[in-house]
Amino acid sequence: MIQVEDLTKFYNDLCAVDHISLEIPKGEIMGLLGPNGAGKTTTLRMLTGYFKPTSGRIRIKDHDVDEQPVAVKGLIGYLPESAPLYPGMLVYDYLSYIADIRGLRGEAKIARIRDLVDHCGLHDIMHKTIGELSKGLKQRVGLAHAMMSDPEILILDEPTSGLDPNQIVEIRDIIRAIGQEKTVILSTHILSEAEATCDRIVIINKGRIVADDRTANLKNATGGMRQISLGLQNATEADTLQTLGTLEGVADVTARPNADDGVLDVTLTCRSGSDPRAAIYAAVKATDWILLEFVQHARDLESIFRELTKEN
Amino acid sequence: MQQVVFILKKELQDFFISPIAYIVMTVFLLVTGWLFFSAFFVFDQADMRNFFNLLPMTFAFVIPAITMRLFAEEMSTGSYETLLTLPVTFRDIILGKYLAGLALVAALLLPTLSYPLFISFMGELDWGPVIGGYIGALFMGAAFTGVGLFASALTRNQIIAFITGAVICFALTVIERMLFFVPGALLKIVSQLGASLHFQNIARGIIDSRDLIYFVSVAFLGLYASHLVMQEKK
Repeated sequence: MIQVEDLTKFYNDLCAVDHISLEIPKGEIMGLLGPNGAGKTTTLRMLTGYFKPTSGRIRIKDHDVDEQPVAVKGLIGYLPESAPLYPGMLVYDYLSYIADIRGLRGEAKIARIRDLVDHCGLHDIMHKTIGELSKGLKQRVGLAHAMMSDPEILILDEPTSGLDPNQIVEIRDIIRAIGQEKTVILSTHILSEAEATCDRIVIINKGRIVADDRTANLKNATGGMRQISLGLQNATEADTLQTLGTLEGVADVTARPNADDGVLDVTLTCRSGSDPRAAIYAAVKATDWILLEFVQHARDLESIFRELTKEN
Repeated sequence: MQQVVFILKKELQDFFISPIAYIVMTVFLLVTGWLFFSAFFVFDQADMRNFFNLLPMTFAFVIPAITMRLFAEEMSTGSYETLLTLPVTFRDIILGKYLAGLALVAALLLPTLSYPLFISFMGELDWGPVIGGYIGALFMGAAFTGVGLFASALTRNQIIAFITGAVICFALTVIERMLFFVPGALLKIVSQLGASLHFQNIARGIIDSRDLIYFVSVAFLGLYASHLVMQEKK
């Protein structure tokens, strides 16, 4: 569906996107993740033909973005970051204008606008000017704008930024519903969002791809590196380190007394592939320590993200 | 071509949503009306020569005020990005915006049609120069709108767009009064660059293809330059 080959973009001397290659099949929801300034928006803008790449090629279906921009723009519905729409226009006038430009006529146009109004919950704001709308409502109008022609590819730049938790859930549901038959590319820096909506996650940092995998794989790949937290009473730091540090499968132990109640907070890092929980329990049981807490954390996307994108 | 019509329609709608169109129209009618009629009764002649003499100068300031928002506003609100990711070509966008600006210039001239009507009640009005004057005004408006559109494409700041456009239009208007400073060898070329000269030719009722071609060329240059600017911004 979308092939990106060796895409590079320079702003004067600054390299915003550095030799990115990607292939996105039909019907996939892909999340583009990265810290601020990583090149997410620039990449999306090149995909939509708004920016011209410094080098590299983008093919969408059978069209080259550079050679047939209008055909490509007809296939793509795009919602730019923070939905920059004409602030002076009424919502209805705006949607009607987009429908005209997108080639919808007569009955089909009215029916499509009705559908989108239902889908995006725009009933009460059709006769308000866009400039008056709150950020969340504007975002919904933007979503309706992007979906107007029922495009095969939907590109959303930070679709949930600035929304309240309820609206985020709503937009996520909409995206997932669309993603069943369409190709969706969305950028975000909110990890839980990518985790909840995307089939595939591409993490970019400083213009380069640092990770590209199915969401589930990305989480499992590091799942072996588990961490276990314990809360122990009656235990001393030295004893804990000695008793637990020597256990099979434990890579590292840190212990620190909690300032509030004197309970010792112990964090164990496990070697990948091992599960020392039973051994830990047995070791604690053999002492006169009181076990108050025993929690296992799988390493989440957040720590993966931090590791991949931290400085140097 | 259909896309041009949709963009034209939307831009015209925008002109009348924002107060700019009304302000510019009011100022234009007030300035031209007062300057024209205050001298009209002194000369006591039933013609509109004075009105058309003033027109190049007023247009040089009024038209950039109309065109300044066409691109600059889109770039400052960011809607330029939404516009450019719709299935339209640069040509559609430029033509749509240009024609909307030109339509507003025509709308600006419309109320002044009442002047010759009133004058014709007061004395014998020679309609030839009046018709020529309005045709010339439309052509000059077309040229200045092209210049103004280009100025607007250069920047996201509407004030800068206005000043750039006004400076270019003003220079085109006064250039023939500055011929004194031009070296003799260039005189012939430079004297042909002035907008007032060509406009006054038409306003005398003589429709010469050279004058029309001049205005059409200026308009085309403005549109082409806007196209180049859009290309450069990618």
